[in-house]
Amino acid sequence: MASKGTRDAYGKTLLELGRDDKRIVALDADLSSSTRTVLFAKAFPERFFNAGVAEADMIGTAAGLASVGLIPFASTFAVFGTGRCYDQIRQAVCISQSNVKIVVTHGGITVGEDGATHQMIEDVSLMSGLPNMRVIVPADAHQAEAAVRLAARTDGPFFIRLSREKFPVIYEENPKFELGKADILREGKDLTFVAMGLMVSNCLEASEILSKEGIEAEVINCASVKPIDKQTLVASAKKTGIIVTAEEHSVIGGLGSQVLSAISEECPVPLKTLGIEDRFGLSGKPGELVKYFELDPESIARKAKEFLGGKKR
Amino acid sequence: MPPSIKEIEKTACQIRKEIVKMTNKAQSGHPGGSLSAIDIVACLFMAEMKHDPKNPGWEERDRFVLSKGHASPALYGILAFEGYFPKEELMTFRQLGSRLQGHPEKLMLPGVEITTGSLGQGLSVANGMALGLKLRGLGGRVYCLIGDGEMQEGQVWEAIQSAGHRGTDNLCAILDRNRLQIDGKVEDIKKEEPIVEKLAAFGWNAIRIDGHDYRAILEALKAARETKGKPTFIVADTVKGKGVSFMENNVDFHGKAATDEECRKALEELDGRLEMIEKGN
Ligand SMILES: Cc1ncc(C[n+]2csc(CCOP(=O)(O)OP(=O)(O)O)c2C)c(N)n1
Ligand SMILES: [Mg+2]
Repeated sequence: MASKGTRDAYGKTLLELGRDDKRIVALDADLSSSTRTVLFAKAFPERFFNAGVAEADMIGTAAGLASVGLIPFASTFAVFGTGRCYDQIRQAVCISQSNVKIVVTHGGITVGEDGATHQMIEDVSLMSGLPNMRVIVPADAHQAEAAVRLAARTDGPFFIRLSREKFPVIYEENPKFELGKADILREGKDLTFVAMGLMVSNCLEASEILSKEGIEAEVINCASVKPIDKQTLVASAKKTGIIVTAEEHSVIGGLGSQVLSAISEECPVPLKTLGIEDRFGLSGKPGELVKYFELDPESIARKAKEFLGGKKR
Repeated sequence: MPPSIKEIEKTACQIRKEIVKMTNKAQSGHPGGSLSAIDIVACLFMAEMKHDPKNPGWEERDRFVLSKGHASPALYGILAFEGYFPKEELMTFRQLGSRLQGHPEKLMLPGVEITTGSLGQGLSVANGMALGLKLRGLGGRVYCLIGDGEMQEGQVWEAIQSAGHRGTDNLCAILDRNRLQIDGKVEDIKKEEPIVEKLAAFGWNAIRIDGHDYRAILEALKAARETKGKPTFIVADTVKGKGVSFMENNVDFHGKAATDEECRKALEELDGRLEMIEKGN
């Protein structure tokens, strides 16, 4: 499978958006080459604001720009763009319903060698807890582009989580992307995988492994973590009767927790959350870490099978 | 007996080699800001700070906070050379299972006083350590190394205000003024000068030195120790990538490791330098 960087898609899309719409402005916090906002910065220096190593200042400035009619995209690494400026996001962006788009890169453990301090695995939880915030974790570069375009044309706060690593390409170019709509990428009757980000392709691979053993898994890409697509999730839960969620994030407060609360009223089926279990990350190569945390396709398939065995057959 | 300037210089040069090697081996990490800081770090651990590698938990020790945590290779280098752990372990830097995490983690390695990596937090922690050491009558001093890009974090200025207001004189902050951050020159992103005047206005004893002049570093640290009623801020003018010609003042080597070929060249240069130091030059 070809792979492409979600952050590369962001840089390119932001540049194109900036060409078409003078209201688009960009901010960064001394990481513009990593986040790829550098492309925008070079093309439109007068519409680019580098806050330096000052994330709280960046978010406040973005809220100010939004309040006078501009459409700011503020970027840095996931850890600094959420944890470092949480209260600024809460008050100046969310309580104020500011039209600010926070697009972070380097989410999750695949940040790799930088280690625990830089591997943000609580950002989706933090951002999802904020009223008015929309939380998107694209599954590939093409969906990332669609999500960024949607955020630009939709009023209000957005949080989009991208990655350092390139992701396998799942979607055709310019896929349809709707807020609050999950995609069923593979139909199955025995088990439902619900995933976000890189874990979507890992679940697709895991479902191929399971298929060889006669287990047909449904795979749902839940890129729109908030708002969440309750309808699709409940329908799949009714169909398969068992759910396994997978996320490159803490299992506390992330995708798994949110899927669980989405189905629990109408169709509370057994649900297993795969992710990082109440601990911090550590240094290592991205691929090694995915295996270490048992989020590779083989581990996902094995754990899903164990869970299924225990619950159903 | 405190070590001679020559000994410090030699060790700093040997650690420079390790910085280049460990980042090369990991193919990641931050050589530039480690090389700019190592002379200061070496002076602190070898000649100024009261500490015991065999007893890292010794309560009366002086504390060092590497607020710019990405310069972990410099810290790991001095800790290894001082005997906190075997030098061979340096080559495990950033690998799965290593105690030498990308950014220094307190719970992993003796000698790391607090986990850092997210910039801007170290000076507040150093403030707390300094206050606590005084309160407990332990007599230790606290040293905190900060990057000049890092100075853009608001929290640094909150801490500067706190210590200036309280007159925390067992605290010494050191600014690694290498004039570069990631996106370019510090002065282009946010004007930092006149930094000595700003720090003085916040109630600090602010001193400016050449951060690669061992004698000047040691004198400034001594002046800090002797200053009563005020914390001291040493503004150390440094060169990012210092000691490796093609890394010097080169923003690319902030967070990029040398290739094998570059590594070979760098080690050759540093070996040449070591030879000169030996000859007493
Ligand atoms: C809060 C926070 N924001 C962003 C980063 C990413 N980052 C790592 S180093 C760096 C630049 C630091 O520049 P400086 O303080 O001058 O360091 P030095 O030149 O000494 O390496 C940045 C932005 C970080 N580690 N922490
Ligand atoms: Mg600097």
